[in-house]
Amino acid sequence: MLAEPKTEEMTSAVAMNSALDCAMAADPKVILLGEDIADPIGGVFKVSKGLSTKYGAHRVRATPISEQAIVGTAIGLSLAGYRPVAEIMFFDFITVAMDQIVNHATKLRYMSGGATPAPITVRTTVGGSRFGAQHAQSLEAWFMHTPGIKVVMPSNPVDAKGLLTSCIFDDDPCLFIEHLNLAYSSKAEVPVDDLRMPLGKANVLTAGGDVTLITYGATVPLVRAAAETLAGQGISAEIIDLRTLMPLDLDTVFESVSKTRRAVVVHEATQFMGPGAEIGAQIHEQLFGELLGPVLRVGARFTPVPFSPGLSNAPSTERILTAVHSLLDQP
Amino acid sequence: MIAPTTEALLDREASERMYELMLTTKLADDQAREETKAGRLQAAFYPVRGLEAVCAALGEVLRPDDQLVSTYRNLGDALAKGVSLRAIMAELYGRIDGVSKGKGGAMHLHDTAVGFMTTTGIVGSGLPIALGLGLGAQLDGSDRAVVVTFGDGATSIGAAHEALNLAVLWRLPILFLCQNNQWGEHTPIAEYAGSTDLRARVEAYGMPAHRVDGFDLFATLRCLRDAVASLRAGRGPVFVEAMTYRLTGHTGTADFSYVPADELAAAMARDPAPVFRSWLVESGTLTQGEADEVEHRAEQAVADAFAFAQASPLPGPAELWTDVFATDVVTWEER
Ligand SMILES: Cc1ncc(C[n+]2csc(CCOP(=O)(O)OP(=O)(O)O)c2C)c(N)n1
Repeated sequence: MLAEPKTEEMTSAVAMNSALDCAMAADPKVILLGEDIADPIGGVFKVSKGLSTKYGAHRVRATPISEQAIVGTAIGLSLAGYRPVAEIMFFDFITVAMDQIVNHATKLRYMSGGATPAPITVRTTVGGSRFGAQHAQSLEAWFMHTPGIKVVMPSNPVDAKGLLTSCIFDDDPCLFIEHLNLAYSSKAEVPVDDLRMPLGKANVLTAGGDVTLITYGATVPLVRAAAETLAGQGISAEIIDLRTLMPLDLDTVFESVSKTRRAVVVHEATQFMGPGAEIGAQIHEQLFGELLGPVLRVGARFTPVPFSPGLSNAPSTERILTAVHSLLDQP
Repeated sequence: MIAPTTEALLDREASERMYELMLTTKLADDQAREETKAGRLQAAFYPVRGLEAVCAALGEVLRPDDQLVSTYRNLGDALAKGVSLRAIMAELYGRIDGVSKGKGGAMHLHDTAVGFMTTTGIVGSGLPIALGLGLGAQLDGSDRAVVVTFGDGATSIGAAHEALNLAVLWRLPILFLCQNNQWGEHTPIAEYAGSTDLRARVEAYGMPAHRVDGFDLFATLRCLRDAVASLRAGRGPVFVEAMTYRLTGHTGTADFSYVPADELAAAMARDPAPVFRSWLVESGTLTQGEADEVEHRAEQAVADAFAFAQASPLPGPAELWTDVFATDVVTWEER
């Protein structure tokens, strides 16, 4: 009989720390790089807390404020046979390292005919407008738009650990996006030992027959709340947490939508030209004849992320409900 | 004739080896430019004319396990590191026998088996990548050296400065080799740099920095040999600014008329391969006949490589989809 894996209650931040810990224990080639990531601070979000003490400053390397150098170093290390994990403090700062990621990491495999892939992991954070518009934007569509990099965004502690570990040991460059609203809030029982989850597999969170709600990351709790309200109104929603945006698990999406025949895509990235545009287009192309209405999107308004608590461009439960009702009201 | 420093640093075999490399580089470069001008080679080819001595010296001081990151102007670097001329040329023509199955092109050569790790078409972006290779060598406890080559113009890019700072901070075993050909496309160095003393700029980071006459094979050889020995001894990174001149246009087909005629003539008089040949013969290192033999071998190798490249097939359409990810990722575009 298989023993149940030992678990502990963890936030996503602790789960990611556990993922890094397990990966570093499993493979001496795993090296962490980033600003302030060494102890005593252990990263400004504490995700690497304790690791430099445990594995040494040669493996947990605090860097200067040099985003291009951080990602470039990760690429060079990967060419030298290492499995580097680079931390970019906020998603917005990735713009500084864009050349290294989108011109180098993502293309080295292709441009070398398979000879020099760069299997790096870039971890970054997103969300919350406490810092204003230069510390809050969701840029995942930029990377989904670029062939050669995997894009992952977990919504809960178990996925955070399993997917991060898989990114580290994946043979492609991976962008791992951590939402700050999720990192410290909810807790879950997470296996303490090595945990890996396949990249490119969506998770059907709740089964339902009337509408498919497709989402990921920080909008998962919003969508869950909307689904509960809908249930009270006698409407059953099927929720898909994509978990991985590239590869995008369209099989699971198509299977669900061919059953419910209605779909709404929800995300915190700007709706205009956002991930929902491609997902919606794919559903229309594949399932046009089966749909009872157009695929709708609920994403952020096309503005920078506002600072004032009086303003928000983010999707809300109300907007999700409105979208679902407008679909159900289709003649 | 302006002779190289007449120093008995070399045995006869090394001299011959370096002459052959310089000449092969020059002849292959000449031929590639001719091919682009004739329209038979539809590629942005970046000539290396003027860099032959720097490349030959580099090839002489590096071991096969040393690692090099180069740029779009890479023919001399690649040959110095031992990449096959046939595979380079096939890549230029986009053929299946190229180093990247034709999918990379002239600006994207590599051969990790000989330590030619990668090349980049983005000015200055090789320096951060070299950091990781240097860190890898350091973590491995290996005494292998990492070299990154780049032009003078690359020193205006932010990535270069991030890399120089971090390399010093971590004492990484990296030779930053600036191939200063005095030009960034159409712009002379004095028109884009507030201080054209690149060596002095880099020294301010706390890194030993040297300037050497890159047309002088022996001076360059001595400088690079010392630099690499210092890296291997764990004394941290070294910057070398090799002063040369761009003897052709920026690309194989580029207009070249803006280069001052007197400057170019002075540089041409020091064209590395022919100057070295004269020295080899005059110093009695090689006889005329022996020098002719080297020349013959180089000509043969270049003719063979071009013939090989032109005969190699184009990649089949299925190659479009391979090597995007480690294992195929279905995007429904292909279904
Ligand atoms: C980031 C970037 N900006 C501009 C270019 C276009 N470009 C290609 S080569 C070049 C000149 C670079 O000069 P230098 O670094 O001195 O090298 P050289 O070509 O003279 O060897 C420029 C501007 C580029 N490839 N990358």
